[in-house]
This record gives sequence, C-alpha cells and structure tokens, in this order.
Amino acid sequence: MDIQSCVEVRNEWDIVSARQLGRNMAKELGFGNVDQARITTAISELARNIYLYAGRGKICIEPIDQIGRKGLRIVALDNGPGIREIRKVMEDGYTTSGGLGAGLPGVKRLMDEFSIESTVDVGTEISATKWLR
Amino acid sequence: MGVQEKLDNLIVQMINENQETLKNNWLKEVKLFKEKELVGTTLKFSEETDQQFFAMLIKHINFHDISKDGTLDDFFDQVLHTGLPLSYLTQGLQAARRVVLNLLVETENDKEKVSAVYREIDRWLDPILNRVVENSSQIWERTVSVQKTALLELSAPLIPVFKNISVMPLIGSIDTERAKLIMENLLNGVIKYRSEVVLIDITGVPVVDTMVAHHIIQAADAVRLLGSTCILVGIRPEIAQTIVSLGIDLSLFPTKSTLQKGMENALEITNQQLISNK
Repeated sequence: MDIQSCVEVRNEWDIVSARQLGRNMAKELGFGNVDQARITTAISELARNIYLYAGRGKICIEPIDQIGRKGLRIVALDNGPGIREIRKVMEDGYTTSGGLGAGLPGVKRLMDEFSIESTVDVGTEISATKWLR
Repeated sequence: MGVQEKLDNLIVQMINENQETLKNNWLKEVKLFKEKELVGTTLKFSEETDQQFFAMLIKHINFHDISKDGTLDDFFDQVLHTGLPLSYLTQGLQAARRVVLNLLVETENDKEKVSAVYREIDRWLDPILNRVVENSSQIWERTVSVQKTALLELSAPLIPVFKNISVMPLIGSIDTERAKLIMENLLNGVIKYRSEVVLIDITGVPVVDTMVAHHIIQAADAVRLLGSTCILVGIRPEIAQTIVSLGIDLSLFPTKSTLQKGMENALEITNQQLISNK
C-alpha cells in the first residue's frame, strides 16, 4: 500500500473533506472507533491551522506499512508565514487567534509521533503518525 | 462593414456547402470523445442530442445570434438534465472548430483568406462558448446558494420541549458561519421561550476539535450570562476521549452522556416531574 492522498485546503469545506479522507483511510486500515476519532480530530486541527494562519496548503495522508507494524501518517504542508516560536506554540493555552490554544499540543497527544518544522516566511511542515495496535 | 459581411458569407457558404461532411466529421469526433470520457451513460439518448447540437450550430450561423434568444439555454437545460457533463458541450464546440478548420485548410490556399475565415470562426463559436460558461456557472451558483440557505435553515433549531426547557440538536460539521448561527439562535431562543435550561445535543457532530469546543464553550457561557443553564449532552465515548486528549476544559458547565439523562437533570433543575398515567 503505497498510496498517498492529498487534499488542498483553501476554505472551511476543505477541512471537512480532509477529515473525511482521513476517516476513510483509518477505517480501511482497521483503526478502532476511538483512534478514528483521534485521527480525524488531529486532521481537523491541522487543516484548520492551515486555513487560519497560512490561508492555503495541503493535508496528505498516507498509510505506513513497515515490518511488524502498520500506521497512518498525516502531513500538513503550507507556504504560510511560518511559526516564530515553536516552543510557545506547543504550550497549552497559547493562542494568537483567540482560540483555545489547544490545537498543536492536542494533536501531539492525540497521535503517537509528532514532528514540526517551520521557517519564518517560508512555511510549515507538520507530520504526525498513529500506529495500529 | 462591407468586408465583414463578405467574409461572413464566405464562411456561411463554406459551411452550408459542406454541411454533410462537416457533420459526419464532427459526429466522429464527438463519438470519440464520448467513448473515452462518458463510459456508462445512455448513448442512445445522446446521439439524438448530438444531432440537435449540430443543427443548433448551423442555425446559429445561418440565422442569427442564438446565444441571446434562449434557444441555447433550452438546449443546455436539456443536456444537463440527461446527465451529460459540461465537458460534452465544450468538447463539442472545440470539435466543431477543429472540423471547420480542417476543411478550410484543405480547400483554401490563400493565406489571407484562411486567417480571415479563422477570425470568423471565432466570431461564430465564441459567443456560444461564452454562453455555455456563463450559463453553467449561473446554474452552479444558484444551486450552491439554494443549498446554503437550506442548510442554514436546518442548521441550528432551538426546540422548546417542556416549560422552561429547550433542546438544540446539532447535526453535522460545525463551521464558523454555523457557530455564529448557533450562538444567535441559542440566545434569542432562550429569551423567546424563557428557557431556564438549554440542552445542546452533539450526538450528530462527527468531530469535536478545539474550534467546535471553543464555540460551544462560548455559547454556554453566553447562556449562563442570561441566567440560564446549558447542559451538553450526547457526548460519545470516543469524543470524550479526544476532548480529554486535546486538553479542553469543559468543567464550567454540566455534561451528560445522553439526551434522556440531560432531560431528567433539566426537569430536576426546573422543579418538574414526569408522571406516568397508570
């Protein structure tokens, strides 16, 4: 299974389609109800961040099949303004948009692996993986 | 002006004289396109449409500009009703341009004339193409706006159930626009129905992320400012887990797993009781 699917995020409706894609793939891979909810919620957060801060970008979702374990990886890409203080963004309650400030730290808790790379004025790439147990 | 008319006549003459050849070539091209793109559509119906399509193009060149008098719009409606895609129309027009150009290049050697007729072909087909684009985008815009209104109407109803108790069932994804509507309906409804308790049911909300939670918290807070109580019900187990993982604090207002439990709670708060009639 080497299929990777991407959804362009330009408006709020694209967030829904990214979510739907993630849910379908998670279901196909055999994730349970709770993990499906975790994955879709994580996608929702990442896609909304793209929509809110970068304006446009894309969410790619790929199944991972390594020896011994399977999983699902979400990659969020954008060419937006980038994140100046990554450490702060990963703190609970830090927000620049008046939201709850739980998005990124929340995604980290919802998923098993999490990495973030961001360059100011160039863009942000966030990758998060959930393993199938 | 005189030159224009003459060229117009030239192309009209050319097309009319070779109508059969053009038609056959055109039908072949359209058939090719359909075999490639439209697998699974009812082809019997479409062949009739092909004939009409071509007849229309001929009519357009022979009589008058039909892009304005409704003939074209009627045809579009018919095409779209039979389930043919928009690309059938655009491809059909492009095919028409191709077959006429082929004929032109074969029969005419004078370069000046060729380029002049070429311009006339543009003048012939472009209004139709413009109308196609205009018409289809209008149809889509209308559909989208109608559905948007329909969706908004279904969006966030507040239903008074018992004295001083109302329920707002939420179904489907919540976006910013809907969140605003939820807030408005909630606050207006609380005043209008004199609700002491409002139950917000999120059984039908597929994903509760930080944004949705934020909006619900804000709505509940606003209801609290009006002196009423908001109870969040219909929290599915997996949603409860994701809310905890996200670290969202919902301790400010009461939550219940089901609408029924929430209703029992609401009756208690408003000092009411359901008595069975035995």
